Amino acid sequence: MNPTVDALREKFGAAIQRADVVWGETTVVVERTRVAEIVRWLHDDPGQSYVYLSDVTAVENRDVEQPLEVVWHLRSLAFRRFLRLKALLPKGTPLEVPSVFPIFKSADWMERECFDMFGVKFVGHPDLRRLLMWEGYKEGFPLRKDIPLLGRFSRAEQLRQALAANPEARYSKEELSIADAFEDLPQDMRARLRSGEKTGE
Amino acid sequence: MGLTPRPESNVVSYDPKGGEGWVTTRLDFLVNWGRANSLWPMPFGTACCAIEFMASAAAQFDLARFGMERMSFSPRQADVLICAGRVPFKLAPVLRRIWQQMPQPKWAISMGACASTGGMFDNYAVVQGIDTIIPVDVYVPGCPPRPEGLIYGIMMLQEKVKRERAADPSIRHEMEPDPTSQLYIPPSAINELSEPFGNAVHQTRSGL
Ligand code: SF4
Repeated sequence: MNPTVDALREKFGAAIQRADVVWGETTVVVERTRVAEIVRWLHDDPGQSYVYLSDVTAVENRDVEQPLEVVWHLRSLAFRRFLRLKALLPKGTPLEVPSVFPIFKSADWMERECFDMFGVKFVGHPDLRRLLMWEGYKEGFPLRKDIPLLGRFSRAEQLRQALAANPEARYSKEELSIADAFEDLPQDMRARLRSGEKTGE
Repeated sequence: MGLTPRPESNVVSYDPKGGEGWVTTRLDFLVNWGRANSLWPMPFGTACCAIEFMASAAAQFDLARFGMERMSFSPRQADVLICAGRVPFKLAPVLRRIWQQMPQPKWAISMGACASTGGMFDNYAVVQGIDTIIPVDVYVPGCPPRPEGLIYGIMMLQEKVKRERAADPSIRHEMEPDPTSQLYIPPSAINELSEPFGNAVHQTRSGL
């Protein structure tokens, strides 16, 4: 078992609900509301340094009481360790987990995809929109078990709704522009842009 | 007489001894001959079929032999749209727009099982045949079709182009979709065309 589990138990106590090892990979089931806090510690603590988030996704089981769980895959490059965190969303709880976007920027699209496919809300994500399906997709969250594989509407209706979308609406210049990311650019690049150098448009 | 009809019997040439000869032909035959042998394809590659399309265009199979020397990556200079791969619903308005941007005369080839019928992707996300979005001239079956298959499809299209008649311009009428629904064939026909078949009929409809 991954030695991180003991450290987690010591630090977070009852928030660590269960830990199993399957095929040499450790899965830790943690309390839904404390995920961000736990991931923050795993990321920041020099003895853990899980600095790479390789996936955020969700699983729906055919289990009426325990349908959904959200899964995070973390990797510690320094210690060559892999850790899988899970948060269970039992029936009746809101489909909400804290976003880890403030810790890992890479969580941005992963959380959007997970929201798009399962409808899990990541509280604290700055821009939680659909990623794969188009905006205005009306059939729900397609990887949920209650969606028939063919979708809810007839083919003609699906096609009508799809064709009603404006193909250019999603690719606005603003969305693609560098301006939003300006503050995150390296120092020297910012200096060059400030001096009026063209960005190559 | 020195008048000799060629085997296609659309071309008649006269070659007097020692003088300059002349050739007569029908205008639409000449135009079609030119069009058929210089089709500029616009590859619309969305999935694995596009790889096979690239193979067809590359040295071994060499589409250039059939007048497709130049791939047109802009729809405005293209003659034939080759849709290679599955088209998700999100891409449907894009494909429609690209088709509308192509100038007449234009043709469409649907390459592979997915583009023609949705293939194995009988699910909520994939268009069940691009003929529900744009009119298609030639369907090439296969998953993916081998380059020979695609080339055969292209040669069929060339035959079709050669058989057009200037006297019948109806084939060149742009199909206008219904302004409210944007569909150009009736919804009932679309539902019928995209009915599940094969194993897809047995797929689970979860009650959960
Ligand atoms: S027909 Fe087969 S090869 Fe072509 S896009 Fe579909 S799955 Fe891929």
